[in-house]
Amino acid sequence: MTHVLKIEDLHVNVGEKPILRGVNLTINHGETHALMGPNGSGKSTLGLAIMGHPGYDVTGGKISLDGKDVLAMEPDERAREGIFMAFQRPMAIPGVKMADFLRHATTNVRRPDRKEGEELIPMREFRKELKEKMSHLRMDVEFARRYVNDGFSGGEMKRAEILQLAMLQPKFALLDETDSGLDADAVRLASESIAEIGQGKMGLLIITHHDKLLEHNPPEFTHVMLGGRLVETGGRELADELHENGYDRIRNAYPDAEAANQEMLAEEAAI
Amino acid sequence: MATDITESAELGEINKYNFRTETTGVFKAQKGINAEIVNQISDIKNEPDWMREFRLKSLEIFESRPMPKWGGDIDIDFQDIFYYLKPTNGQGRTWDDVPQEIKDTFDKLGIPEAEKKFLSGVKAQFESEVIYGSLEEDLAKQGVIFTDTDTAVREHPELLREYFAKVIPPEDNKFAALNSAVWSGGSFIYIPKGVHVDFPLQAYFRINAESMGQFERTLIIVDEGASIHYVEGCTAPMYSTESLHSAVVEVIVKKNARCRYTTIQNWANNIYNLVTKRAYAYGDATMEWVDGNLGSKLTMKYPAVHMMEPGARGEILSIAFSSAGQHQDAGAKLVHEAPNTTGQIISKSISKNGGRSSYRGLVRVEPGAHNSKNNVVCDALILDPESRSDTYPYIEIAEQDVQIGHEASVSRIGEEQMFYLLSRGLTEQEASTMIVNGFIEPLVKELPMEYAVEMNRLIQLQMEGSVG
Ligand SMILES: Nc1ncnc2c1ncn2[C@@H]1O[C@H](COP(=O)(O)OP(=O)(O)OP(=O)(O)O)[C@@H](O)[C@H]1O
Ligand SMILES: [Mg+2]
Repeated sequence: MTHVLKIEDLHVNVGEKPILRGVNLTINHGETHALMGPNGSGKSTLGLAIMGHPGYDVTGGKISLDGKDVLAMEPDERAREGIFMAFQRPMAIPGVKMADFLRHATTNVRRPDRKEGEELIPMREFRKELKEKMSHLRMDVEFARRYVNDGFSGGEMKRAEILQLAMLQPKFALLDETDSGLDADAVRLASESIAEIGQGKMGLLIITHHDKLLEHNPPEFTHVMLGGRLVETGGRELADELHENGYDRIRNAYPDAEAANQEMLAEEAAI
Repeated sequence: MATDITESAELGEINKYNFRTETTGVFKAQKGINAEIVNQISDIKNEPDWMREFRLKSLEIFESRPMPKWGGDIDIDFQDIFYYLKPTNGQGRTWDDVPQEIKDTFDKLGIPEAEKKFLSGVKAQFESEVIYGSLEEDLAKQGVIFTDTDTAVREHPELLREYFAKVIPPEDNKFAALNSAVWSGGSFIYIPKGVHVDFPLQAYFRINAESMGQFERTLIIVDEGASIHYVEGCTAPMYSTESLHSAVVEVIVKKNARCRYTTIQNWANNIYNLVTKRAYAYGDATMEWVDGNLGSKLTMKYPAVHMMEPGARGEILSIAFSSAGQHQDAGAKLVHEAPNTTGQIISKSISKNGGRSSYRGLVRVEPGAHNSKNNVVCDALILDPESRSDTYPYIEIAEQDVQIGHEASVSRIGEEQMFYLLSRGLTEQEASTMIVNGFIEPLVKELPMEYAVEMNRLIQLQMEGSVG
């Protein structure tokens, strides 16, 4: 059976403010989807809602994974069911070493039924795997001893997110601007790594403003978000068009969505 | 929670009863404090007159002093406490008397069988003579004295008398006076000039019922150019039937010497832990207090370093963890008495389940102590809305030419940090434990390895709510 992540008519508020206004999206295991759209249109919000961030209130609609109700799950259960999000802005956890954090995470995700306090993956086995994956990402072994995202450069943070993707091997991965803040070489390395780790092996939802990542991970589907709705879906050529010409055509074609987007931006500016 | 049981008055009564009826010998323990009891303690210990007089004078000071009005709420009936209990050699209490919760915690911490019995007061002597014996020999060859303070009064009278109560006289505060009147046990350590003890000296090795008493008195003298790391306590919960623990610790660090004094204590929920710790650091000497406080009903403890001569350094690292029904009023005191002295305080506190942690610190720069530097950082982490944290920093500066820094932060476990860890499959429990361990990591990494491991395990147990 192929795994399916299905989002139906999803409405999400932040506080009182509606952000997503009816999103429909189905991702099959093995497919690559690109999610594009202007700043503030709701792309990150969609990812965070799928992952279960408590600040994002789902006011309507459904999310299911292989028919299971994702909205009824806590974020950690979602992770153990195989959903992963590489964050646009990962959080620093001072004092917690990458290696300890990853060993816990990897153990829980691989053994979803593990009871609290039960053994973790054996140290030796874990270290070996971590070292291999780090060297693949050209990360220094020292990195494992650093505190999670604490004092990481923008590029290091994104690389650390990819490392987590590699270790956790989810069924579905939401990559939120994993290519931003990277220099040209790093973008290439990140793009290649994601292709190697994820292409065809998971369902990918790639949020990006650049074309490099999609060059290495050609999407079967491209979705455009505007004003909290997916207003258009196409193939790879849609992504190319938007990279080439920007969002003017989209804004003109969907005036209601554009108005909603402007309204959100205005409120954001007012804060 | 393990320690809830010790709050039960009934249980306390049963154990006190055991003590009273089954203690044999000339000494008949009685509750309360007066000159007769103080004299009795001195008789039993067969002390020289000067010590007896010191005790009696201290008693007068204790009686004349009012209770401190600051800190925490102290609700102690001084006449309802035993001030001296002879070690019972296991006759006083049996393993069956020890509450199941305490036993469970020992198991979770992986405390060996022999230690469990000792720690819960079933045995009076911790069986480590084998390990300790060879160490003792080694140290003795270098002229190091490491003994309990009662023995030192008999065997090293001159040395002891020269320094005893010089750093913390009984006039210092009500509880120092109380300790001075009824003290028993504690460690006496002398490190001769230029001797470096290169492994941590652990009170652990020589703990017996005396040295872990309620009113222990520790005196450490580190002579010129010598160094020592002393470690006291352990992470196992200290189970005691008596509700007052009031120790005095005095440290003298002479020219160019170093001393680090590490304490990890995890008291049962019924204990008032009111401790006075102070060190004098002389020219270019370094004194460090590493102080970890968990549990107790109320802890009031402010390790102090007086920097007496130019170039002296004082550093205090303090961790406090308070949970339901607990108040940690912990902090530090640094007094710059001479020019070119340097001090640093790092304090981290965690409050959970309605616990309360306060940082109370004093930095004082005396006239003439120019070119002194001092930096204070205190961070508090509050785990839920019921818990509380306060900061009381006092700064008194009598010199212009000094550098003083103070940073304080109070944080709650951030929703964002929590979400990040959960999104990677960690449970809420694991995530908050990890955040708390991360918060104290800068201090834990200063601990000797085995203590660091135990400390992390203990935090984990605290977070699971399975110990108090
Ligand atoms: N936690 C929050 N608090 C307040 N407003 C928020 C929050 N999260 C999102 N929003 C608002 O929701 C709207 C959509 O934000 P979102 O981050 O999803 O956009 P985006 O499409 O990812 O934009 P970008 O391309 O800039 O990353 C914006 O107006 C934003 O200000
Ligand atoms: Mg975004």
